[in-house]
Amino acid sequence: MPAGRLKTNETEGRITLSRPITFSFNGKTLQGYQGDTLASALLANGIHLVGRSWKYHRPRGILGSGTEEPNAVVQLGIGARTVPNVLATQLEIYEGLEASSVNCWPSLEHDLLSVNGWFSRLMPAGFYYKTFMWPKSMWMKYEQAIRRASGLGVSPNLPDPDRYEKTYAHCDVLVVGAGPAGLMAALAAGRTGARVILADEQSEPGGSLLYSRETIEGLPAMKWVAGVWQELESMEEMKLLRRSTVFGYHDQNFLTIAERLNDHLPRWECRGARERLWKVRARQVVLASGALERPLVFGNNDRPGVMLASAVSCYINRFAVAPGSRCLVFTNNDSAYGAALDMVDAGIQVQAVVDCRPRPRGVLPERLRQRGVEIIAGSVVVNVKGTHRVKAAQVMQLPAQNGILKGEKRLIHCDLLAMSGGWSPVVHLSSQSGARARWDDARACFLPGMPVQQERSAGAANGSFSLNACLSEGSFAGREAARLAGWEWDNQPDPPSSSMQLEEPVQPLWLVPSEYAPGRGPKQFVDMQNDVGAADIILAAREGYHSIEHVKRYTALGFGTDQGKVGNINGMAILAQSLGATIADTGTTTFRPNYTPVTFGAIAGQEVGEKLFEPVRKTALHEWHQARGAAFENVGQWKRPWYYPKSGESMQEAVNRECLATRESVGIIDVSTLGKIVITGKDSGEFLNRIYTNAWKKLAIDKARYGLMLGEDGMVMDDGVTIRLSENRYYMHTTTGGAAGVYSWMERWLQTEWPDLQVFLISVTDHWATAAVVGPNSRRVMMGACQGIDFSAQSFPFMSSREGTVGSIPARINRISFSGELAYEVNVPANLGKPMWEVLMAVGEEFGITPYGTETMHVLRAEKGYIIVGQDTDGSVTPDDLGMGWALSKTKDFLGKRSLAREDCMREDRKQLVGLLTINRTEVLPEGGQIVEDPDAAIPVPMIGHVTSSYYSACLGHSIALALVQGGRSRIGEIVHIPLAEGRVIPARISDPVFYDPDGERQNV
Amino acid sequence: MLEIPCPWCGLRCESEFSYGGEAHIVRPENPEALNDEAWADYLFMRKNPRGPHLEQWHHVYGCRRWFNVKRDTLSYRIECSYRVGEQPPEGEI
Ligand SMILES: [Zn+2]
Repeated sequence: MPAGRLKTNETEGRITLSRPITFSFNGKTLQGYQGDTLASALLANGIHLVGRSWKYHRPRGILGSGTEEPNAVVQLGIGARTVPNVLATQLEIYEGLEASSVNCWPSLEHDLLSVNGWFSRLMPAGFYYKTFMWPKSMWMKYEQAIRRASGLGVSPNLPDPDRYEKTYAHCDVLVVGAGPAGLMAALAAGRTGARVILADEQSEPGGSLLYSRETIEGLPAMKWVAGVWQELESMEEMKLLRRSTVFGYHDQNFLTIAERLNDHLPRWECRGARERLWKVRARQVVLASGALERPLVFGNNDRPGVMLASAVSCYINRFAVAPGSRCLVFTNNDSAYGAALDMVDAGIQVQAVVDCRPRPRGVLPERLRQRGVEIIAGSVVVNVKGTHRVKAAQVMQLPAQNGILKGEKRLIHCDLLAMSGGWSPVVHLSSQSGARARWDDARACFLPGMPVQQERSAGAANGSFSLNACLSEGSFAGREAARLAGWEWDNQPDPPSSSMQLEEPVQPLWLVPSEYAPGRGPKQFVDMQNDVGAADIILAAREGYHSIEHVKRYTALGFGTDQGKVGNINGMAILAQSLGATIADTGTTTFRPNYTPVTFGAIAGQEVGEKLFEPVRKTALHEWHQARGAAFENVGQWKRPWYYPKSGESMQEAVNRECLATRESVGIIDVSTLGKIVITGKDSGEFLNRIYTNAWKKLAIDKARYGLMLGEDGMVMDDGVTIRLSENRYYMHTTTGGAAGVYSWMERWLQTEWPDLQVFLISVTDHWATAAVVGPNSRRVMMGACQGIDFSAQSFPFMSSREGTVGSIPARINRISFSGELAYEVNVPANLGKPMWEVLMAVGEEFGITPYGTETMHVLRAEKGYIIVGQDTDGSVTPDDLGMGWALSKTKDFLGKRSLAREDCMREDRKQLVGLLTINRTEVLPEGGQIVEDPDAAIPVPMIGHVTSSYYSACLGHSIALALVQGGRSRIGEIVHIPLAEGRVIPARISDPVFYDPDGERQNV
Repeated sequence: MLEIPCPWCGLRCESEFSYGGEAHIVRPENPEALNDEAWADYLFMRKNPRGPHLEQWHHVYGCRRWFNVKRDTLSYRIECSYRVGEQPPEGEI
């Protein structure tokens, strides 16, 4: 058994001696027991030095025993599963665990960067800002070097192999913490029959009772806990979560919990998810999150072997570990006397208790006196000797009045220094819920503020530190929470009582006086993780930082992974002192989620990589496109064929071939993704009149019309062709990407402004499969494929619609065109899309029918100057800017009309849609390219527009582009320039946006 | 995350809804009759209060109804919700 392990039946605590565990730390193989944390196992092996500090690389040991730990931060594991920032005090050991120190190079014992410590006087608060901000261009380099020298471990650079899950839960009462108050709250609430969740961050319930030697109802504390736990487990509506940290309290009683399922197990015993993120909506919340002990701020208080008194008790009673052999205790309150008694009973020599109070006379000090331990009253520890481990401490008498200490220094030898600066309730969750923490002078701590949500605090979290108060407050809070959630039970027994003795009041001691001026003596650490000393805070105050939030950012106080759990209150108090203000005035920094670090894995859950929660939409013809070797592009959530390369063909070659085949004979494209909305009801025509810019009431049945939709600000938001199917039934097309937005937009107007209109909307985008047959031979293909329709130009003219069959499939065929060619769009029920397509392909074979994708579609429409909303427009483009003033009705109102008459919309120098022809006919402009008049103008070069669409047109044998250019329509013929990022400048001539068949003869044949 | 009472469906999680801005902005009867300032007031100007706010929400992943909510922009507390066309509590507009 290692030297540091206590061996008496009474103190074997919560570890199981029959289950030894082998683990390694910094490559050294060590032994611990089931129930140990890494911290307790290291201490049992006599290891106190576990890491180096962030800024000065000072040797650091173990300060605490739980989530509050600022120093004992280790790197766990290697490879893809390595975890940085793991607290040794929280990490349960398991067989095969490998952990290592952070912040040290080349080794923990001989750290070269600790020279930072020698020069620490030259590195005061704000040092990095002051020194490295100049010259600005070097900051990136400085930052890299600083980051290498600091930081807390490394993150894995391989994909996370573990699985994480999320779950939602509702409950009547959520109890946070399974210490004495939380257990009583859960018991009282659970007994009413309410649905209760009890979440606790530790491996087993008990909280402070895990290391208590008190009795409750005559039972040893943990025996009592076992009984309570058994009763809770028997309750049907009780959910007990261990190793589960409630890390966030959000609006309307929404709380988030990280449950660690596997982190305590050897790899081969891990099953299922590593962590589970709970999202809980609780009717009522009981916060029984306990309190954290504060360190005292004195010279070299960061040396390994300086520990919180409660942690010393915890290591002795819970883990059967002696953290030292000769201990000095330093306190300002009674609780540390409990730790001293624990040590005496465990056979550890207690050299003395140094108490800053002039006359400590409580029950516990008396009991200790009786055990023959010296109490040095009215005195303080001013300095610690020893570097890698405490060797001795210097004690001085406090003067009658405040000021610099004078007089005799007494040197006391010790290898352990247990300190207690009082207790801080864990008010983090209460503060996150919106309650403003309030300062309590008598108890010298922040207490939870007035609740603004359905929550209450109980026990130590509420500033009630005695065990009896925890038990009764917890019971009352659980009962009250259940009652407010609608559950009551009249037979609630009285809360139990304990053996714990009342204590005498604490005497605040924020900064231990010393014999030196601030910044001159040995460093007095406030925030150990960030190496913030008392002198840094005093300096910040002197330099004019008076707000605690500013001081936090200037000094880095409370910025670490521990978020200043032990250091913040001392820091705030020291600031208040330097400013001559009270802590109530200075206030606290904002407590934000997360209470403790949460893994990215837990937050991401299953939504990682390919499994992102974004649906993929495929058309009914998707498999056909795949079989044909199509390259796909994403359009919104849709997968659309982009082009169909033949073997050896480049994209440009494929697109050229598809364009030419379509213009010369016939092409076919899957346009099923276009948004389709059926509009019915007797007021449908009136409705269309209001949401489209043009007139709709006179549209004949089976006729189609192009519509332009504006926002109320007059800017183009969507376009498409709508067909009148019958008297009160229209079939609207929207852009592929705009379908959902247009549908919501129309619903909103119908529901909020025009509820009197009898109009109903049905989204049918997925109901139909649609193929567009395009090109001069499209009529011949349709005649061969369809029955029951006369395709002659006279009886089936452009912009009209007919019903018939394709093969034997019922189809609606619309003669509309997005290419300027004679074209037909064939709509069939989606599940018949593939046979319809195959009929068209078979009939089209003799004309060389060529399937084409979105790229060819874009080229064909750009050749005609047809816009794509969202590509050629950007939310700041009016119809007139696009040269589409013809689509605006003068005789009726429509959404956005009034805005078009606003001064800004009437400016003549607005950007207008024009064409661009590059001087070099094969040079294709980059889309988004900025357009300038004079590329040699002085910087900043005035920009007069930008390229919106740009392609090589095989039909024209010329590069073409669409662009928005200031006053563009009056500049046709002018040469402009498009400078590229690489430095080259491309000249182009402004042209009409219609490059091909300007009179529209081809589609009207 | 808020919990929003849809007047048709009851309490639902915020993730089912989308926000629609200030409520009770009525589209002018005859926009052409308005001067630029009056039109801009309808189009752009919003109260943006610190405190109680009457606002529109859309139950987009639910019944797809638009409705009104009285919500405190400071505390996020939702006092009530009511249907389109109904008056807000105590005649506040
Ligand atoms: Zn609803």
